[in-house]
This record gives sequence, structure tokens and C-alpha cells, in this order.
Amino acid sequence: MATSLFWLFSALAIFAAVMVVTSRLAIYSILWLVVLFFTISGHYILMNAQFLAIVNIIVYAGAIMVLFLFVVMLMNVNDPNDNKKSIGLAIFGGLATILFLLSILNIVFNAQHTTKEINDLATTSTGDIGLVQNLGMELFKNYVLPFEICGVLFLSAIIGAVTLGKR
Amino acid sequence: MIAPTLIDWFFIIQKLILIVIIVLITLGLALYTTFAERKIAAILQDRIGPNRAGLFGLLQPLADGIKMISKEEIIPDHANKKLFVFGPALAMIAALMTSAVIPWSSDIIIGGKHIVLQIADVNIGILYVFAVVSIGVYGIMIGGWASNNKFSLLSALRAASQAISYELAMGMSLISVLLLAGTLRLSELVHQQQQTHWNIVYQPLGFLIFFICAMAECNRAPFDLAEAENELNFGYHQEYSSMKLGFYLFAEYINLIMSSAIIATIYFGGYDTPFLSPTAFSINTMALIGVITLLVKIFIFVFIFMWIRWTLPRFRYDQLMRLGWKTLLPLSLLNMIVTALFILLSH
Repeated sequence: MATSLFWLFSALAIFAAVMVVTSRLAIYSILWLVVLFFTISGHYILMNAQFLAIVNIIVYAGAIMVLFLFVVMLMNVNDPNDNKKSIGLAIFGGLATILFLLSILNIVFNAQHTTKEINDLATTSTGDIGLVQNLGMELFKNYVLPFEICGVLFLSAIIGAVTLGKR
Repeated sequence: MIAPTLIDWFFIIQKLILIVIIVLITLGLALYTTFAERKIAAILQDRIGPNRAGLFGLLQPLADGIKMISKEEIIPDHANKKLFVFGPALAMIAALMTSAVIPWSSDIIIGGKHIVLQIADVNIGILYVFAVVSIGVYGIMIGGWASNNKFSLLSALRAASQAISYELAMGMSLISVLLLAGTLRLSELVHQQQQTHWNIVYQPLGFLIFFICAMAECNRAPFDLAEAENELNFGYHQEYSSMKLGFYLFAEYINLIMSSAIIATIYFGGYDTPFLSPTAFSINTMALIGVITLLVKIFIFVFIFMWIRWTLPRFRYDQLMRLGWKTLLPLSLLNMIVTALFILLSH
């Protein structure tokens, strides 16, 4: 069952990702992106990373995408014929996408090479590092310094946002 | 990895039956919550309230339902048709999804098999509730935007910004409970409260913050800025008619019941009956008593929510934001720090 769920989530994720790019209405793109986040959370759950899965939904689907919706709704960008994009942007955008794709493919092929003996597409329902207790222990024992530095980084971002907002 | 033949069919069928029962009971309760709301409003305003349909007006919710379904379905010309239909459906789904992690009672035994009266006892129960709450905004926002009406859009934006603002204080007040309990599992939380005291004893301030935030998340007066009739005509569901409007209104009542259930579970011991040992009667009897106890607690909170709604006037928008960001959030942070200090010193 885990394998079939893996394929279901993967297919859905790719379909949603394609819909994000090809949708003509900005609102549709946002909603498909939310679907994409849900499928990725499904993958996390298959890998027993429940905390990551739920936080992914709370933060990305529940908070960040709502802000995206806010912006799109308030700016009222719902004209599908508004396609005045410059050619230069298209060329460089395409170039960047191809480079990114190549680097990702590189990772994929290398990974297959190193894990040949396991002979498995994805390890599902194994390991318990994603459970809250274990993740918390890891973060506060082995990785406490990077974790705290991240906290300071977030704090500075918040202060920056407040100062910019007050201007 | 589980091979298809090894799937535990008994488990799946048992959970499916449980889901159907819980959803049906929730819908039935929500139906009669609308009736309770009208009766309580009437009592508080010294009126009689609905009393024509059936004995004491008890058939009124059914009459309302039939009226809703038989009304003409109107989709405005300028509305985005797909999202216009999708909005109320999403609101309803998000409202019902919370029920999956609530422990309704202790285990029962049928034919020698233990059956857990909880759809999914997940490791991250409280976070799951939180995720569903944050998804609930989409139904309102999509509906408000798809209506292509300025009032609906304004109302949807109000509802969303209110929900986001109050989610923060809500989460912060929950963290204090989690610090004390050391678990995110809701069934474990109830067990702990059965053995010691209810969390309200340790977290009175946290409960108050959580309660106010739950009221704001449910969009109920005095937090019903999104449905301020005298400012916005009606609200985000202004263009809706027939059962699609019914879904939005109904989802609000389901949210009300679910919030009450969550408050009861986190702060008031869930299905724990006060002054009664968990082993006083046989297992099945105790489970029945547990369900009744939880329902009584839910009804008490639903009544308090309604009592507040029909007593207090609505906030102004700036007052709402000030309360959320400058009062509740710092208070919940203070509560968290004091709780953490207390735990640190008592160890």
C-alpha cells in the first residue's frame, strides 16, 4: 500500500506542479501550489516524518500561501490576457530553469548510482527520526548552535519587516 | 512495506464505520446547535423563539434544512463558477476534518476486540488540529473572491487576517500546555489529566487566551467582523444562495462544536468524568459514560459561546487587531515563559 501511495502522491505532485506553471489565473496557480504542498506532506508521512509533514502544511499552506492569496486578491490580477512579458526575461528564465534542471538531474543520477545495492525507489515507513521527540532531541542536542542561529536570523527578519512596515 | 494481502480489513472497516458515525453525529449536533442558538438568543432577549414546527419548535432545524435545499440555486454571472462551488465545499471539509483526532471516549470491547473511539490517534494530534484550523481560511477566502463582489472580498480579507492574527496567540497558549504534558498526542493528554488534575488548574490564563482565540477563529460575535451586516451587507457568503449558503452557515456551527470539543479535551480532561474512577464500572459502561461526559462538556462550551455572542457588542476592526497582537500575544508569551520557568525550577 505504501508503494501505491508513493506513486499516487508523486503523480499528483507532478500534475499539480505543472498546473501551477500553466494556469492562466494567478489564483489557480496558488491553489495548485497548495495541493502540491499537501502531496509533499503526504510523502513526508510515508517517510514517517510526521512533524515535518504537519509543519509544512501549517507554515506553507496555512500561512504563506494565504498571504499570496491576499496579494493576488487585492491587486486583482485576474486578467488572463495580461501576457506582456519581455523576451529577455523569457530567455534568461528558460536558461536558469534548464541549468537548475541539469543540476537536479545530476543529483538524481548520482543518488541512484550510490544506492544501487538497496534496489529500492524510496524507503517508506522506516526510521523514526521524523517523530517529534527524536527531532527535538536532535535539534537541541547535536544541532543546538545552528538551530539557535536560525532563531536569531528569524528574529532579525521580523525586526526588519516591522521597521520597513512602520516607514 | 505492507503487501496488499496483509492489509488489516477489520481495522479499515472499523475505522470507516467510526468515521461515518462521528460525521453523522456531528452533523446532527450542528443541526440542533442552530436551534439552540435561536432559542438561547430568544431567551436572552426575552422573546419566545421558534415554537411552531413540532413540539417546542423541535422540528425547526429540519424545516430550515428543507427550505435551504429547495431554494433556487443562483451562481452570479461574473462569478468564477468553479471556485464559487469549491468554496463552500472546502469550508465544510475543513470543518469536519478536526473530528479525526478527538478522542471521544475510552476503548470499548466488542466480540473480544478492543475498539478505540478515536479515528486517528496520531503522534502529532494537536498540530493536526492547528493545521486544519489554518486550512479553514481557504474556504472563506475562495468563496469571497469567487463571488466577484467588493463586499464579499472585503469580508473574506477581514476573516483571513483575523484568523491569521489569532492563530499566533492560540499556538502560543497551546505551547504552555505541551510543555506541561510533554506530548502532542490527544489521547495521552486525556490520560494524563485523568491521573492528575485537569489542565485548567495549571493553565487558567492559557485557557482564557485559547478560548478567546477559538471564538475569533469561529468568526463569532464579538469577533464576527467578517459578517458585520451593517458595514458589509452580509459577509463573504453574500452572493450565495440555497444549500451553498447552507454549507457556509453549517460549517460555522460544526466549527463551534469542534472548538468546544478541543477546549474540553485540552483543558477540561476530555471524556474524564470528575469524581469517578476510570475503573468504577465495566469497560463498555465507562466508555458510554465518557462519551456522555464529553458531550456535556461540549454543550456547556457551546452555550457559553452563544451566551457571549448575544451579550457583547461587536469589536471595531482596530480594536480587534490591537487585542490580538498587543494583548493576547504578549500575554500568551508571558504565560509560556512562566510555565517554562516553573517546570525548570521544579525539576
